[in-house]
Amino acid sequence: MHEASAQPAVHHHAPPQGFIRKNVFSLDHKVIGLQYYGLALVAVFIGMILSWLMRIHLGWSTLAIPGLGKLSANGAPGGVMTPEYYLSLMTMHGTIMVFFVLTNAPLAAFGNYFLPIQVGAEDMAFPRINMMSFWVTFVAFLVLIAAFFVSDGPPISGWTAYAPLSAVGKDAGPGQALGQNLWAISIAIFCIGQLLGSLNIIATTLDLRTKGMSLARMPFSTWAWFVTAVMGLLAFAVLLPACVLLILDRVAGTSFFLPAGLVVSDKLQPHSGGSPLLWQHLFWFFGHPEVYIAILPSIGIVSHILPSFLRKNILGGTRTMVGSLIAFGFLSYMVWGHHMFLSGMNPFSAILFSVPTLIITIPAAIITLVWLGSIYGAKIRFDSPALFCLGFISVFITGGISGFFLAQPSTDIYLHATYFVVAHFHFVMGVAAMFGIFAGTYFWAPKMFGRMMNETLAKLHFWLTFIGVYCIFMPMHYLGLAGNVRRYALFSDDYMIPLTPVHKFITIAALFTGAVQFIFLYNLFHTRFWGKKAPDNPWESTTLEWSTPSSPPPFDNFGGKHPVVHRGPYEFVEGGTADYVMQTSPEQVGAH
Amino acid sequence: MTGKLFGLLVAIITVVSTAFFIMHTWWLPQDISVLGHGVDHQLNETMIGTGLLFVAAQLVLAVFVWMYGDKKDGRKIKFFPGGGGVMVTFAIILVGIEILVLTFVGSKVWASIYIAPPPADSMQIDVSAEQFAFYFRYPGPDGKFGVVHPEMLSDSNGNYFGLDPANDVDARDDIVVGALTIPVNRPILLTMHAKDMIHSFYVPELRIQQDIVPGLTIPLHFTATKEGKYEIVCTQLCGLGHYSMRAYLQVVSQSDFDQWLKTQSGD
Repeated sequence: MHEASAQPAVHHHAPPQGFIRKNVFSLDHKVIGLQYYGLALVAVFIGMILSWLMRIHLGWSTLAIPGLGKLSANGAPGGVMTPEYYLSLMTMHGTIMVFFVLTNAPLAAFGNYFLPIQVGAEDMAFPRINMMSFWVTFVAFLVLIAAFFVSDGPPISGWTAYAPLSAVGKDAGPGQALGQNLWAISIAIFCIGQLLGSLNIIATTLDLRTKGMSLARMPFSTWAWFVTAVMGLLAFAVLLPACVLLILDRVAGTSFFLPAGLVVSDKLQPHSGGSPLLWQHLFWFFGHPEVYIAILPSIGIVSHILPSFLRKNILGGTRTMVGSLIAFGFLSYMVWGHHMFLSGMNPFSAILFSVPTLIITIPAAIITLVWLGSIYGAKIRFDSPALFCLGFISVFITGGISGFFLAQPSTDIYLHATYFVVAHFHFVMGVAAMFGIFAGTYFWAPKMFGRMMNETLAKLHFWLTFIGVYCIFMPMHYLGLAGNVRRYALFSDDYMIPLTPVHKFITIAALFTGAVQFIFLYNLFHTRFWGKKAPDNPWESTTLEWSTPSSPPPFDNFGGKHPVVHRGPYEFVEGGTADYVMQTSPEQVGAH
Repeated sequence: MTGKLFGLLVAIITVVSTAFFIMHTWWLPQDISVLGHGVDHQLNETMIGTGLLFVAAQLVLAVFVWMYGDKKDGRKIKFFPGGGGVMVTFAIILVGIEILVLTFVGSKVWASIYIAPPPADSMQIDVSAEQFAFYFRYPGPDGKFGVVHPEMLSDSNGNYFGLDPANDVDARDDIVVGALTIPVNRPILLTMHAKDMIHSFYVPELRIQQDIVPGLTIPLHFTATKEGKYEIVCTQLCGLGHYSMRAYLQVVSQSDFDQWLKTQSGD
């Protein structure tokens, strides 16, 4: 029926013929989306194995880890890592996870694949720029990984790369020569990729919506990608020059972040006039929005998936959800100073930064409450995407609430730089965002691969992961309350030694939870090649990605037609033959 | 079945997690400072407020998921009474009140420690942080600190503050030590500076933490109320030996402190 109202499309670039143009240097947003996904998948397993190594060291610091000595003879002689190699692994874990997993997978991978389809476009606005953004990101990843293989190893300054440690060069310690250069270059390149990607998402959302797809009819996921892209454009535009300044301080003798009179390794450094706090301001002006760049797409994905499994729209609809997303994005630029309460900046500004930080909990609370209110009275279908969405709500609550302690300067005095912070950000941006990625993967696999993921394995993956992440990260709150400092390679202080059993428990939980992720990896690959064929609309969903003529969709997504949209994204009506109405359906249905 | 399992699991996780907070199995060490009780009070208030929110939100999630699984029994979908507007109002009022309370009370605690000037009778001690140690300097019997000459800073000859006793009379009796010894119940003013990296001065028992930034002199004041030996640890990543950077804080009686000072000056 709706096919009749669709209009023929004129495709602006023809389907590619050769293998390379089709699979490697592809202009197709779907292929690029999968490339981002693949890159994030490689990155997340590297990052996870790094966390395993770190956790083993924190639990059993003298244990020789087989094979680690081969990766770095200096960093881990005989397989026992040195304190500085611990810091190297920690820096790489944070950098890989934040940039190449949490920024790439929910935004660049899923956004690339599904945003054009969800707005009814045949591709991104700028396919060539899209291809470039992926390959630029890929190069950034190679540059970063290269740091493992240079003589003095990866940098030790953490993913935040605070100056002067990151800026003075080799006198600052192992990894601070070439390794730190590679880090700064990699992140600068990564910023370029993100800026290009953000432009594409913004232009596509604003310009390529199909007939009838008003802004109010866009799915929540599309809204979240759009808001995130706007944030990304502003945030990475600050980090890029900051990285360039850092590189200049390191190689060109400038002093943006280095004050006079710095004596490192008994050598007076040839710098003067810079400020270490300037780096922190620039970094966190990017860094706090970045935290939301990691989590907003997952909020959108979860809000997009839930209606199909609750059989009803999210409470409050588009106005409430989108209003909250935009409030999130706007406020995220006013709060960077809450990372710097104790940094030595004017103590009055701590109060100023604290207020908007606390106000951000209002949109977060609204989103959580409308999710909970939507579950009330629903008819929940407990397929794996739904389980990960519900699990997401639980970890998002847990991670969000601990933010109250860190948003207040008075309580941050005690908890700053302890494991309480580690618990907070892992729950709210690590685990929650990962749950969003898992939910998206199980939900969209039928569309991306034309095949259903194995549901038994998916459910097993959910239960074990859900229990596992609580076992890993909940005890870190207790460590923080006991004053356990983060970023320590060893806990040799008198008051931290009694906490070692907690660290051992966390290590065991981390090894277990990490191992469970191989179930997911197996399921993903098995599904990709040998999975059960998926029906056209397995979840009985309503949005445009389920209106394509095939799964995966054809090169131009809608088979030579432009779909026409007649209604909002999540219309579920009881009483008819089906309880849902596709966005493309022109039929008149009674309002619920 | 799946929904009930999920609900049960969330409830168990909530109860177990909360129990450890309530039992104080792992908790803050004893507070030994004049201003620390404000921090503790604020932390406890936040713990109660957010703890209630945490338990309520998780249990509502657990109960709803338990109750509203699709049993294919033809039950009609229900909608939350009042719709999204209720939730928005609820969130703004509930969280809004919490924010106002926390900000008004918490800002006073913060101001008392970081904005209020140190008491006039504070004893000043100079602190230098470097990879990977803290050094402390007392002015000695003359009550005057010698001038710091950055070019004379040197670990190899033990001149951690860059003093020039040969030409500077004030510097001659300065006491430089690797542990912080202070008299109990006496306001202390630390003037802190860093030689190489950003370091941070953290004493959990004093409820105090402050970054020390190269190029800046950062003041920090506190009063310890209980004699004993405590640890000062560095909490800002400063290089390969960061984990090992610490010093001891020795809080002693005034008479013991006077004795200690006399011994140090005699060196």
